[in-house]
Amino acid sequence: MTRKRRRLLVLAIAMGLLGGATALVLAAFQDSLVFFYSPSDLQAKGAPGERSFRLGGLVEEKSVVRAGEGRVTFRITDGVHAVPVAYSGILPDLFREGQGVVTEGRMRPDGVFLAREVLAKHDETYMPREVADALRKTGHWKEGEKR
Amino acid sequence: MALHRFANPARFLRFSAVALPWFSVAAVACIAAGLVLGLVVSPADYQQGETVRIMYVHVPAAWMALMVYTVMAGGSVSALVWKHPLGDLVARAAAPIGAGFTLICLVTGALWGKPMWGAWWVWDARLTSVLVLFFLYLGYMALQNAFDDPTRGEKAAALLAIVGFVNVPIIKWSVDWWNTLHQPASVARLAGPSIHASMLVPLLLMGAGFTFYFAAVLLLRVRAEIAARRIRALRLVAMEG
Amino acid sequence: MEALSAFLAMGGHGAFVWPAYGAAALILVGVLVASLARLRREERTLAALAAGATRRGRAKLRAAAEAEAGAGARS
Repeated sequence: MTRKRRRLLVLAIAMGLLGGATALVLAAFQDSLVFFYSPSDLQAKGAPGERSFRLGGLVEEKSVVRAGEGRVTFRITDGVHAVPVAYSGILPDLFREGQGVVTEGRMRPDGVFLAREVLAKHDETYMPREVADALRKTGHWKEGEKR
Repeated sequence: MALHRFANPARFLRFSAVALPWFSVAAVACIAAGLVLGLVVSPADYQQGETVRIMYVHVPAAWMALMVYTVMAGGSVSALVWKHPLGDLVARAAAPIGAGFTLICLVTGALWGKPMWGAWWVWDARLTSVLVLFFLYLGYMALQNAFDDPTRGEKAAALLAIVGFVNVPIIKWSVDWWNTLHQPASVARLAGPSIHASMLVPLLLMGAGFTFYFAAVLLLRVRAEIAARRIRALRLVAMEG
Repeated sequence: MEALSAFLAMGGHGAFVWPAYGAAALILVGVLVASLARLRREERTLAALAAGATRRGRAKLRAAAEAEAGAGARS
């Protein structure tokens, strides 16, 4: 075996081990690497007590109730489960029914998620307004559809 | 290997003299066309409105940040394994360009995030891994000059570049592996692009323009590295008498 | 004129769109200018060294290199 071949082999093995180790570490920290929990995650694992966490999903259609003075309640759904959310403050431009959002806050004992912060989550679809209107008209719209 | 044809620095210099004007013209033409289409001709997005135009610099810069790192890691492998005389020079020359593209990606991303998400920055997997990429570029550049013996510095930096390459697939697929605030890929995805053609064309033009810019600046920087290496060699010869 | 101001306003988000393009242009041009300046500097040094090596002989060059090596060791 030439020295070049040996160097290549050593490097390939080292990179293989490094890649494997990285994958194991990432898998072990899976829980802390996710930016937010979905309502189904919450259902499965339960709320982490008094601790603050992020809850994300789609704003359920016809669930937004504005109570004035910036107070608003709505429900976050992932199509299977839904969680009621209460928030008071300024909502981002993209916030609307059917839109993805990520909220940060904690669970109240009565099962309502008290949000301190609401971030809009944008999806990967980009199109002109006229195209979106045309799609809605012909019924080819896939709003709120889980990717 | 076809790349070995450029192994000889003299041959590389001849190639660069021919290619540099073409790359420069192509970069200027593609970026100019991309700017006109992106800023004027292309429509506003149905949800993001005019802010969507930030995407035409943000997304190509992100592509380039990954591509330049891949070039850097490839150069480092060829330098360490095959002792390819241009490997280190290409990796060295690529690093500052890649750092620049990564910085563009981070800054424009923050400027898009504030009006659209409601936050300049969040610590989700995509944003954090791109920040790590930026630090890898900076660490690579710092490590090269950290040793008195330049060949040791080059070797250490090349190892860092190769080890840091694990971050590249993490960045690419972070949006699929974990819940992130950042949206998933729109162009390079199995189901085909989810961007309307009127927006995809300026995006791809800017991507092509940035690629030609990278190629042209890379040639310039490799030429400077070759000159620097010759200066070092001449001085060594002079010292040994 | 009105079209221009509408273009600059970017639907009310001009304060985000234009800085994004400005920052990108600044960084790309900055990297290009720095790379050109470095190339020019290295090529000038190389030309001076090569000329020195042929015309004035090796002795002077050796002295300069030793002086620089000495300076490097001190720093």
